[in-house]
Amino acid sequence: MKILVPVKQIASLDDQFEMRDDGRDVDEDYLEKDLNEFDHFSVEEALLIKEAAGDGVEVVVAIIGDDDSDDALRTALAKGADRGIRVWDDSLAEADGTSVARILAKVVEREKPDMVFTGAQSSDFGSATTGMALAGLLGWPHAAVVSNLEYKPGASSAKLRRELEGGLEEIMTIRCPAVLSIQLGINQPRYASLRGIKQAKQKPVDELSLDDLGLGASDVEPAFHVRKMYAPERGKAELITGSAAEQAARLAQIIKEIRGM
Amino acid sequence: MSEIIVIALQRDGELRASSLEAVTAARSVKQAGDTLGVVIVAANPQALAGALSVEGVDEVIAVKATDEFQPDLIEAVVTALVKERKPSLIVTPHGVDAWSFAPAAAIKNGLGFATDVLALRREGGELVATRAGYAEKVLMDIDFPGKATVLLTNRTNVFEPAAGQGSAKVTEMAAPAADVATKHEGWKQPADAGGIDIPGSEFILSIGRGVADESNVEQFLELADKMGATLGCSRPIADNGWLPKARQVGQSGQLAASCRLYVAMGVSGSVQHQWGMKHVENIVAVNTDPEASIFSIARYGIVGDMFEIASELENHF
Repeated sequence: MKILVPVKQIASLDDQFEMRDDGRDVDEDYLEKDLNEFDHFSVEEALLIKEAAGDGVEVVVAIIGDDDSDDALRTALAKGADRGIRVWDDSLAEADGTSVARILAKVVEREKPDMVFTGAQSSDFGSATTGMALAGLLGWPHAAVVSNLEYKPGASSAKLRRELEGGLEEIMTIRCPAVLSIQLGINQPRYASLRGIKQAKQKPVDELSLDDLGLGASDVEPAFHVRKMYAPERGKAELITGSAAEQAARLAQIIKEIRGM
Repeated sequence: MSEIIVIALQRDGELRASSLEAVTAARSVKQAGDTLGVVIVAANPQALAGALSVEGVDEVIAVKATDEFQPDLIEAVVTALVKERKPSLIVTPHGVDAWSFAPAAAIKNGLGFATDVLALRREGGELVATRAGYAEKVLMDIDFPGKATVLLTNRTNVFEPAAGQGSAKVTEMAAPAADVATKHEGWKQPADAGGIDIPGSEFILSIGRGVADESNVEQFLELADKMGATLGCSRPIADNGWLPKARQVGQSGQLAASCRLYVAMGVSGSVQHQWGMKHVENIVAVNTDPEASIFSIARYGIVGDMFEIASELENHF
C-alpha cells in the first residue's frame, strides 16, 4: 500500500527585493526557499497512517523542481517518508499548478499509489490548484481543505471533514483511491530528528526528466501567462516612533480617543 | 460577442453571498454584445433564481439536482456548458467549494485558469487578471493567450456584491450525468463560543505568531480585559490550541464585523487573516518586522516588541 505526497519548495521574499530584468518575476537572488508550510501537514498525515498500520505502507514524496528543491524533498524524507521522486526540466521555469499536475499524473501512473495527499495550497502563491487539478486529470475522487481524516490503508472509502468558511466543517465519505488536499491544523507535524536528517541523505531519490515520463514541453504549458510582476502600492501606516514607553503612551491615547474614553 | 458564465454556489440550499461578488467581477469585463448567464445547481434552483436575477444578468441557468456539494457534479456542469455554449469566461467565488472543483474543471477542459483573482480588466479587448504572489508581497498581471475559455475564481470580500433588480430569463438545464464519489454525512458546527463574540466586538486586541509560546498568552487576555477589548488571534494560535477557535479572526474563523478598532500584535497579516479584519476603520499594527504585510492595511504602525509595548500599555488602563 502506497501514499504519494507531492510537495513544493516555496520561495519567500527578502525584505528588500528587485525584479528580474524582464519584469515578470522577482530576481532569484532575493528568494529564500523552504518546504511549503501546508506540506508539513500532508506529509505528517501520511506518516501517521503508515505508523498506525505498523507495516506495509510506503510513503513516497514527489517534488517538481530543480537541484535546489532537493532540500525540501530531504526535509520530508527526514521526517520519515521512505523515498523520493524529483522531476525537472528547464522548460518548467514558468510551470503553474496545472503544469505540475500534468507531471504528477504521470508519476501516479508509474507509482500506482492508493492515496495522494497534497497541501491545501502553497504559502507563496496560494493557488490551491495542483492537487485538485491532478484529481481532474486522473478522474479520481477528490476533496479540498481536509481538516480531519479517518482512513485505513487499502480501504475502499474514507471518512473526512473539509473545513469550510467560518469554522463550519462538512463531514463526508469519499471513495478511494482519492486525492485529498490537507489543511493546516489537521495534525501536529513532527520535526525531523537528527537521526532522521542523517538517514534522509541515504534515502533513494529517483531523478526524472519530462522525457522519462513521456512528456514534452508542450504538454506542460501553464494555464496563464504572467505579463508583469510588481510591488503593490501600499497604504502607509502612520508610524509611531520613540521608546517603547512613548509608543505605548501614544497607542493608549489613540485607543482612548477612538473608544471615547 | 460571447458568453460569460458565473457559477453561483449554495450551501445547504442557501445562496452563498459571494456568488453576487462573482457577478460583479464578471460584469466588469462584459463587452458590448456579451451575455451574462449565472448557473446554479441546487435541489430547488428556481427558489434561488430570483436572488441571482440582478442587474446585468441576462439568464439564470437552473440545474435541478441536489443541495449536497458534489465536486464531480459541478465539474460535469462546467464541462457541459463549455461544450454547448463555448463561453469566453467563467467566474466563480474563491471559496472552499471552488477549491475542490475549479482546478479539476479547468484542466479537464483545457481552460485558461487562475485562482484568487483580485481585479479584472480588458486591455485592447484582451482579458487581464490581477492576482497576488509571494505571500501577498507582489501583484501580477496575467493573461491567457490562445485560450478560448478562461475559468477564474475571484477573491471574496473584494468585489461589491451585485445589486439592482434584473430581468434575467430562467432556463432549465438537465443535470448532466456525473460519477459522484463523495457523500455528505453531516455538518460539524464550530465549537461553542463560550460567550466570546468576535463578530459583535467593537474593539479587538489580536495576537499572532509573535506571541511565541502558550505561556505568554495569559498576559494578553489580561491586557484585553483591562482595556475593555475582546482578545482575538490568528490561525496558528488557535491551531496550537493556545486559544479557542472562537477567537480566531480570518477566513476559516470569524469576521470582525462590528469592529471599529483592531490592535494587531505579532500578527504578520496573511491574506486569510486580513479577510476577517482589513475593513476595520482603525487598525493598529505592532510588529518587529517592518515589512510585515499588516502594516500595509494599518492606520497606525509600531515597529517594536509586542511584549514591551503590551507591558507599557497596561500602565495606561
